[in-house]
Amino acid sequence: MKLYIEKLMIIFNREFTGYFRTPLASIFLLVFLALSAGMTFFMGQFFQRGQADLNSFFVWHPWLFLILMPAIGMRLWAEERKSGTIELLMTLPVTNSQLVLGKFLASWFFTLLAIIMTIPIWITVNYLGEPDNGVIFISYLGSWLMAGCFLSLTSCLSMLTKNQVIAFIVSTISCFIMVMAGFGLVLASVRSWAPLWLTEVIQSFSFLSHFKRIQYGVLDLTTFIFFISMIMICISINIFLVQLKKAD
Amino acid sequence: MNLLEAKNLYKSFGNINAVSDISISLNVGEVIGFLGPNGAGKSTTMKILTGFLEADCGSIEIKKIDLSKDPINAKSIIGYLPEGAPSYSDMTVKSFLYFVGKMRGLKDELLEKRLEIMLKDINLTEVQNQIIETLSKGYKRRVGIAQALIHDPDILILDEPTDGLDPNQKFEMRKLIKSISKNKGIIISTHILEEVEAVCSRTIIISSGKVLLNKETKDILKNKKENLDSIFRKITK
Repeated sequence: MKLYIEKLMIIFNREFTGYFRTPLASIFLLVFLALSAGMTFFMGQFFQRGQADLNSFFVWHPWLFLILMPAIGMRLWAEERKSGTIELLMTLPVTNSQLVLGKFLASWFFTLLAIIMTIPIWITVNYLGEPDNGVIFISYLGSWLMAGCFLSLTSCLSMLTKNQVIAFIVSTISCFIMVMAGFGLVLASVRSWAPLWLTEVIQSFSFLSHFKRIQYGVLDLTTFIFFISMIMICISINIFLVQLKKAD
Repeated sequence: MNLLEAKNLYKSFGNINAVSDISISLNVGEVIGFLGPNGAGKSTTMKILTGFLEADCGSIEIKKIDLSKDPINAKSIIGYLPEGAPSYSDMTVKSFLYFVGKMRGLKDELLEKRLEIMLKDINLTEVQNQIIETLSKGYKRRVGIAQALIHDPDILILDEPTDGLDPNQKFEMRKLIKSISKNKGIIISTHILEEVEAVCSRTIIISSGKVLLNKETKDILKNKKENLDSIFRKITK
């Protein structure tokens, strides 16, 4: 087990520091911070609402992650396949699960770094009023878990192609479907023809429905299990795809 | 001492038989030259021997370890330079070699020693802090060799190690291979016949995934009527 984690951490470190070896990390962090601040203060009307909460901040996260998570995750496997380094990597004494987990965790913790950098907004709302910090903390946690779902899905899809642009587009579309599954308009249109159980199944797979619950401070077991299960399912498929598509 | 024993390997992609009943035995001190025209199945065979691809049938034992049953321990005995010497172009030479060394399970102190030896022996000292992307093709190939040798493996598998190198670099590479071959087993795939004559103790010629010739190089060279070039052309036509 110790050896397993050691190798996983070596992969993690290479991937995590890899974000900072190119301008990708700074561009991503800048865009994420600018967009989340812009959306919170201007589109979310943070000041006009006059409420001491961060709803106007978290409400945009599914839509922000829709674009930004595929941007982070598109390179995870597509680049390895294009440059041929996958052959080097997979002839090292390491298992597929160590590779997939190491890469995924690196991108997930990079996202955590981006989320942590928005803490000044949390400080601001505490300075202006008396928010429920428990709800805000749970919302942060939920936001990170949802980002993990987007990333694991993107990582999985980036194994299917050598082209990062294709990986980005396919991942964005897939993430969009996962978000839209819980959107009122989509559910209403499904409800008009489908049986109730099907509508409920579609809604239960939606990132948006689960994230909405978290946003109001409800991190119940179902939601937590949903996000963790989604991540684990995507990672398992990813491990299978690495074995299947490595030499294509 | 036997290092690698591959028996009756088969591999097909759809209807194409890339490898068909190939058996290879590699001993300490032996350098096998793997020759064949383009698409003969050289790279596929090497990928199977290193565990990157699984053979449809056949068996591979690396120092008595079954590659299919214990791939982690079997892979740790092999050093591999894939075709085109791929490496992480955004890393520096030193950090890339450090990464591979760590993945190979070398502890810090030993890794530092091995890094020093590799940088010196493969003439990478002056570019050790340079980003790999900015290096010339020759240097990139040397980085590939260094990563394959970083853990001082018993078996070295090199897929076209001198491809794209200038004559001086080729000479240096062959010298290096010869110098390390005494206590290792090496398999080299190449298109260059003179390379086989210069460094390989055994020559294997394959075409359409089948072994057409498997002989000691000195025995081939004894034949005054035919040289390796004419034999190659005759049997791979």
